[in-house]
Amino acid sequence: MEQTIHTLTLLAVLAPLVGSIIVGLLCMRIPKIIAHSITISGVAISFLCSCYIFDMIVLQGYPAVNFIAYDWVTSGSFNLDMGFLVDQLTSVMFLVVTFVSLLVHIYSVGYMAEDSGYARFFSYMSLFTFSMLLLVGANNLIQLFFGWEGVGLVSYLLIGFWYQKDSAANGSFKAFLVNRVGDFAFLLGMAAILDYFGTINYAQIFAQAPTMAATTINIFPHSPWLVVTVICILLFIGAMGKSAQIPLHVWLPESMEGPTPISALIHAATMVTAGVFMIARMSPLFELSDVALSLVLVIGATTALFTGLIAIVQTDIKRIIAYSTMSQLGYMVAANGASAFSAGIFHLLTHACFKALLFLAAGSVIIAMHHEQDIFKMGNLKKYIPTTYVTFLIGALALTAIPPFAGFYSKDAIIEAVSLSTIPGATYSYFCLLLGAFVTGVYTFRLIFVVFHGEEKMSNSLRQVLHESPKTVRFPLIILAIPSVIIGAVLAKPMVYTMMGLLGNSVYVASSHDVAAELAADFPGTFAIIFSGFLHAPFWFAAAGIFVSWYCYVKHPSLPVQVVEKASWAYKACVNKLGFDAFNNIIFVHGLKKFSDFLYYVTDVKWIDGWVVAGSGNGIVRISNLAKKLQSGYLYHYAFAMILGLFGLLIWLLVF
Amino acid sequence: MQTLPVFSAASAEILTGIMICVTLLAQTFLGDKVKQIAYYLVQISLVAAFILLARELYDPAIITFSGMFDDDAFSRLLKLSICAVSFFVFLYSREYITEKNMPSGEYYILGLSSILGMLVLVSSYNFLTLFMGLELFSLPVYAMVALQRKSVINTEAAMKYFIVGAIGSGMLLYGISMFYGATQSLNFADVAKVVADSSAPQSMLLVFALVFVVSGVAFKLGAVPFHMWVPDVYDGAPTAVTLFISSAPKIAAMAMALRIFVDALPGLVLQWQPILIVLAIFSMALGNIVAIAQSNIKRMLAYSSIAHIGYALLGVIAATDEGYSTAIFYIISYAIMTSGAFGLLTVMSRNGVEIENIADLQGLSDRNPWLAFMMLLVIFSMAGIPPFVGFMAKVAVLEALISVHLVWLAALALLFAIIGVYYYIRVIKVMYFDSSKAKQQAVNLPLDKNIAISVNGLAVLVLGIFPGSLFGLCLSVVHTGF
Repeated sequence: MEQTIHTLTLLAVLAPLVGSIIVGLLCMRIPKIIAHSITISGVAISFLCSCYIFDMIVLQGYPAVNFIAYDWVTSGSFNLDMGFLVDQLTSVMFLVVTFVSLLVHIYSVGYMAEDSGYARFFSYMSLFTFSMLLLVGANNLIQLFFGWEGVGLVSYLLIGFWYQKDSAANGSFKAFLVNRVGDFAFLLGMAAILDYFGTINYAQIFAQAPTMAATTINIFPHSPWLVVTVICILLFIGAMGKSAQIPLHVWLPESMEGPTPISALIHAATMVTAGVFMIARMSPLFELSDVALSLVLVIGATTALFTGLIAIVQTDIKRIIAYSTMSQLGYMVAANGASAFSAGIFHLLTHACFKALLFLAAGSVIIAMHHEQDIFKMGNLKKYIPTTYVTFLIGALALTAIPPFAGFYSKDAIIEAVSLSTIPGATYSYFCLLLGAFVTGVYTFRLIFVVFHGEEKMSNSLRQVLHESPKTVRFPLIILAIPSVIIGAVLAKPMVYTMMGLLGNSVYVASSHDVAAELAADFPGTFAIIFSGFLHAPFWFAAAGIFVSWYCYVKHPSLPVQVVEKASWAYKACVNKLGFDAFNNIIFVHGLKKFSDFLYYVTDVKWIDGWVVAGSGNGIVRISNLAKKLQSGYLYHYAFAMILGLFGLLIWLLVF
Repeated sequence: MQTLPVFSAASAEILTGIMICVTLLAQTFLGDKVKQIAYYLVQISLVAAFILLARELYDPAIITFSGMFDDDAFSRLLKLSICAVSFFVFLYSREYITEKNMPSGEYYILGLSSILGMLVLVSSYNFLTLFMGLELFSLPVYAMVALQRKSVINTEAAMKYFIVGAIGSGMLLYGISMFYGATQSLNFADVAKVVADSSAPQSMLLVFALVFVVSGVAFKLGAVPFHMWVPDVYDGAPTAVTLFISSAPKIAAMAMALRIFVDALPGLVLQWQPILIVLAIFSMALGNIVAIAQSNIKRMLAYSSIAHIGYALLGVIAATDEGYSTAIFYIISYAIMTSGAFGLLTVMSRNGVEIENIADLQGLSDRNPWLAFMMLLVIFSMAGIPPFVGFMAKVAVLEALISVHLVWLAALALLFAIIGVYYYIRVIKVMYFDSSKAKQQAVNLPLDKNIAISVNGLAVLVLGIFPGSLFGLCLSVVHTGF
C-alpha cells in the first residue's frame, strides 16, 4: 500500500513537469491542439492520482506516508533529501490543486484560443502545478521553499505573460519584489529552525518542538524571546507575502494584469493559499507560541475587513474579485490564528472552488465584453450570457456565505471559532470578521447588480455581438458550480465538526487552544445548521450587506454618488487603497532610491572608487614617480647608497 | 701526504676552460674564413658541459681540490641551469650581435669566460674559490657591457658597473678577511664549525664580517640598497648583453648566497635572517613600485628583476630545506622568464629597429601574434598569474614563509606582488590593445629563434602546470647537497 502511494505521489508530481518540459521546449513548433493535449493529460493523470491518494489517506484512513525520493545534497552532517510527506493535509491540498488546475487548463483552451503565446501559457501552467504539488507534498522546509519559489517564479512569468504591456511587466515586478520581502523573512525562519533544531525535516522538527518550547533568544539585549515565537513570526511574514496579507498584500491587485485563468488558478485558488497551508503544516510550532498565533489572528482579521472595504470602491471586475480574495485569505489566516486549522483548510477548499468559479465566470464576462473590464460599462448581462450569470450567482452566494452554499459552512465555522478563541486580540478579530461578512455582501452583490442587472451601458455595436462563451469555457464553470453548492454540506461534518476530523493528526492543536472541539460539541447536524445558520450573526451581517447593495445599486442608483460626496474622505481613502501603495512608494521606492543614490554617488564612486581604488593606484604612481628620482644617474650617489646601506645594517645589528 | 685532486669532479669547468682557449684561437685564426665559428664552438661547449653535468647529476658529492671545490647535486643542478639558459641567451643574441657590428668573437668568448666563473662560483667550498669564481664571472661582464666602445651610453654603463662592482667586491673581500681573522680558516666547513662554537666576544666581529659579506652578495644579486647599478646597466648595455646579465648570473649569485649562508654561516642564521628580511622587503617594494613609473621596457624589467630577487630571497629567509629549495626553484624559473622576456626584445631588435620603450611593442599582436602570445606567457608568469611557473614559484616561497610563521612577511610580499601586476599587465595591454601609430612592418624571425622562443615561452606554461618534477629536483638537491 505504502509503495502504491509512493509511486502515485511521484507520478502526480512529475506528470505536470513532464508535460511542461515537453511543451515548453517545443512551444514554437507544435500546434495548439498538441500543446494543450499534452499538458491537460499530464494534469489529468495528476488529478486521478490525487483522487486515489485522497481516497486512501483521507477517506479510508491509511497512515501517513513519509518517504525520501532521493538525496539531493549531503554536506557534512547536513542532509537534504527530496522527500514527500503524504498525510491528510497534503492529500486535501493535492486534490484542490489538481482539480482546479485541471479545470483551468480546460478553460484556457477556450479563453486563450487566440493568443500567440498559447503553448508557452500551457507550459507555465503545468510548471506551476508541479511546483505547487512539490510545495504541498514536501517533507522538509527546503523542498517546500523550492516549491514556494517555483510558484513565485511562475506567478511572475504569468502576471507578465503579456510582457509587451507596461502594466503587466510592472505588475510582475511588483509581485516578485513584494514576495522577496516575505521570502527573506521565511529564509531567516528556516535558518533559525536549522540553527536551533539542527534539521529541516518536518518529522524531526515536530518531534523536538516540545523540548524547544522554553528556549529563548536575545535579539535585542535584555529582552529574551521564545525561539519558537521568533521562528513562527518569521515564517508568518513569509506567509504574509505569499498569501497577500496586510501590509504585504499590495502585489495581488497588480497580479490581475495576467490572463484571467491565471488569476483563477494562481491568484485565487492555489498559490496564494500556500501561506495558509504552511501555517497549518507548521502548526506544532505555532501552537507553542501564543504571541505568534495572536499576530496571525489579528493580521488575518484586519486583512479580511480592510481589503473588503477597498473592494467596494473598485470598478475593475477582476480587481474586485482580487480584493475579495485577499479578504477571504484573511479569514483563512485568522482561522489558523484561532487554532482552527481544520476550519481554515476547509475554507481554503471551498474558497478554491467558488473563487475559481467567480474568476472563470468573470473571464467569461470579459470575453463576452471583448476585454472590457470596467463594471460600469456593463449592465443587464443576464439576458445575454445566462449560464455565466447563474454560475456567477452561485459563486457569489457561496462567497457571501448564504446557507446552504459551500462558503457558509466554512466561513461560519471560522467566525464561530474566533468567537470562541481566548488568545489576545480574539475579540477585535471577531468584530473585524463579522463586519467583513457585511462588507463581503456589499461588494459581491454590487458586482452582481451592476454587471448583470440594471441598465445596459455598453455600446450598441458591442451589444450586437454579445453572446455566451464557448463550451470549453462553460464546462469548467458548471463543474465548479457543483462543489460550490454542495461541498460545504458534504464535508462540514467530517472536516470541522468532528473530533480528529478529516485532517486527523496532520495538524496539531494544543488542548488549551482547541476551539474546534468546542465547535464539534455544539454541532447540530449538517442540515440543522442550515436553519440555525439563519439565526447566526454572520448571516444577518451578510444579508444586510446584500440589502445595502441592492438598495444602493438597484433601488436608488443615485445614492452611492451622494455617499461619495458626503463621505469623500472615506471614499478617497478606499480608492487610494488605504494608502499602502503611497506609503510604499514614498518610504521604500523613493527612500531606497535616495539611499541607493547615496551609496552609489558618495560611497561607491567617491569613497570606494575615488579614494580606495583610484586613490591607492594614484598614490602608488605618485610614490613611484618620487622614488624614481632616487636613481639620479650619478655614480657617487650609487656608491653613497651602498655605503649608507652597509652602515645602516651595521648600526642596526651592532647597536640594537 | 698530498693526494691528487679528483679532476673528474670539475670536468665541466675544465671542458669550458679548454673550450675558451680553443675558441679564442679559432676566432683569431679562422674567424675570417669560417663565419660565426666562435658562436658554434661556444654553443657546442655549452651543450657538452650540459651533457657532462646531466650524466652525473645524482652521483655522490665530492669535495676535492684540497677542500676548495664541492661537486654536489646542488651545484650540478644550478650549473645545468646556467648552461641551458646561456645556450638560449647566445641563440637569441647571434643576429643582434652581427647586425650591430659588435665584435662577435669577443662577445661569445667573454660570455663563456663569465660562465666558467659562474660554474666555479657555484661549486666553491672555500671563500677563496668563491671570490675567484665571482671575479672571473664579473670581469668579462664589465667588458661585455662596453663591447660597443664608441657608444657613450654603453661605456658609461660599463664604467658605473665596474666601479660599483669594485666597491661591492671590496666589501665582500673585507668581510671574508674578517671571517678569516675570526675563524683562522677560509674553508666553509671549518668556518661553519668555528662560528657554531663561537663565544660572545667573537660574535661582534662575526656580525661585522657578516654585514660586509651580505652587502657583497646583495650587490651581485641586485637587492636594495645595493641595486643602483641594475637599471643603469640593464638600460645602458646592448640588449643582447642585458639578456646575458639578467639571466645566468642571477642563478650564480643565488648559488653564492646559498653557499655562504647555508654552507658557511648556518650558525649566524639569527643574524642574517633579519638582514635578508629587510633587504627583501626593500627590494620587493622599490622594485615593484618604481617599475610602474618606467616607460623604458629594459629599465622596467630591471626594476622587476630587483623585485624578483626580493621574492627569491624569501625562500632563503625561511631557512628551512623547503625554503632553500623554493629559492632555487624561484631563481631558475625567474631565469627562464627573464631570458624569454629579454630574448624577445633581443630578437625583435632587428633591421635597425631597437626595442627600447614599452610603446615600441604597440600592436605586436597584429604584427606577429605568436611572438605577442609568447611575450604574454612570459609577462603573465612574471606577474605571478596562474597557471604559469612564476605563480607556482611565488606560491612556493610564500608557503615556505608561512610554514615558519612569517605570515606578515608573506602578506606584505603578496601586497607588493599585487602592485607589481599593474606594470606587467600594461605591457600586455600595449601589445594587444594599442594600435601602433607608425606603420611598422611585420616581425619575422629565423626558424631557430622561433623555435627557441616557443620552447622558452611554453616552458613557462608547462612548468607552471606541471611544477612537480622541478620542485622535486630542487628539494632533493637541497636534501642531499647541503
